[in-house]
Amino acid sequence: MNSSKPFDAAKRRLLSGAAAVAGMAIAPGVTLIAPAEARKAGEAASDKVRWGLLIDANKCDAGCDDCVVACRTENGWQGHDRPATDPQWIRKVNLKDNKTGATLSLPVMCQHCENPPCVDVCPTGASMRRADGIVLVDRHICIGCRYCMMACPYKARSFVHENTSGQKPHMPRGKGTVESCTLCAHRIDVGGTPACVEACGQKAGKEAMMFGDLNDPNSAISKELAKRATTRLRADLGLVPGVHYRGL
Amino acid sequence: MIHLKGLLGILFAAVMVMTIAAPAAMADSTVPLPSPAKAFKGKQCVEPADVMRRQHMTFLNHQRDETMRQGIRGNKYSLQQCINCHATADPKIMGGTVRTLQPFCGECHEYAAVNIDCFACHNPTAPLETSENMPLDKMIAAHLGQGNPDVSSGKAGGAQ
Repeated sequence: MNSSKPFDAAKRRLLSGAAAVAGMAIAPGVTLIAPAEARKAGEAASDKVRWGLLIDANKCDAGCDDCVVACRTENGWQGHDRPATDPQWIRKVNLKDNKTGATLSLPVMCQHCENPPCVDVCPTGASMRRADGIVLVDRHICIGCRYCMMACPYKARSFVHENTSGQKPHMPRGKGTVESCTLCAHRIDVGGTPACVEACGQKAGKEAMMFGDLNDPNSAISKELAKRATTRLRADLGLVPGVHYRGL
Repeated sequence: MIHLKGLLGILFAAVMVMTIAAPAAMADSTVPLPSPAKAFKGKQCVEPADVMRRQHMTFLNHQRDETMRQGIRGNKYSLQQCINCHATADPKIMGGTVRTLQPFCGECHEYAAVNIDCFACHNPTAPLETSENMPLDKMIAAHLGQGNPDVSSGKAGGAQ
């Protein structure tokens, strides 16, 4: 029995290879999907890395929800036709300026804040921020009080109201706990990119989403961020989200 | 004094008889010993079977925190690996169309009145597609044939 089988080297090579192919497919010199570096087995997430996203609303189409579909497929969450309580890890927000008639569409998910209010209010320590900046719910100790849902200004978290079945092996989910975007931590940990970013580039062909290490000045995302100013949602709150937007 | 000595002797004998006889009486009780299903694949678990029997919960609890909170992947003890090896098909569970951990974990947990909630969130099933190692009818037979004689007899052994 090989305990390291789920993360064996062959799989890791395959994943990083796939990411490299995705990166090359765009155009020479333009790498929108920067492959993450896989950590070795047994190595903890490090605060030298700060994972983040850059979303270009100018490239995002109101009629496209490929990122939402990809997230749902990857993580195995689905609605029960009850919009008020259905899980919602990522959603499309469509805006219209009533004066000019201009429209805007953008995906909104957990913003992976540097100062996450959901972590501040959690009474059990279930709501937590990993060293590499990914904000998660440790559902082993989540009691389902939903304080974090109230604290989040981005409406990023949802509560599981229904019994679950057929969960993905990498994404356990259960009734009575809170859940949200994990930035596809299970993919990042083996050198992959989040499913939404991959779908936006590969399936929708929009390349409106970019993933990478905000701490590395040489990463594609950092170079792109340095080129032109970006916006962070409700920057006035001082939460320092890891998700940057352009075109708002 | 002689009478007291004799009385003590009788009492001692009675206590000895009760001590020896009690387990024998318990063995005949109505609760049968658990018979966990044989592993779907693999001959040796990550630790010897007697260590796993006593400490699997500690291993899993410890590693779950490391993986969840620190992002450490690929360590030795993994619930997913439990499922990969120990999930077996049972005709009583979804008609034997999936492999689940119930025939393995459920046997002892029921016997020991342990109520775990791993599978309120984690999916305990695995697809049957890797069943070339052991065909479905063999897996069912392994379970219905009262599983592992080592476990029933309390002998330590490899994962079977």
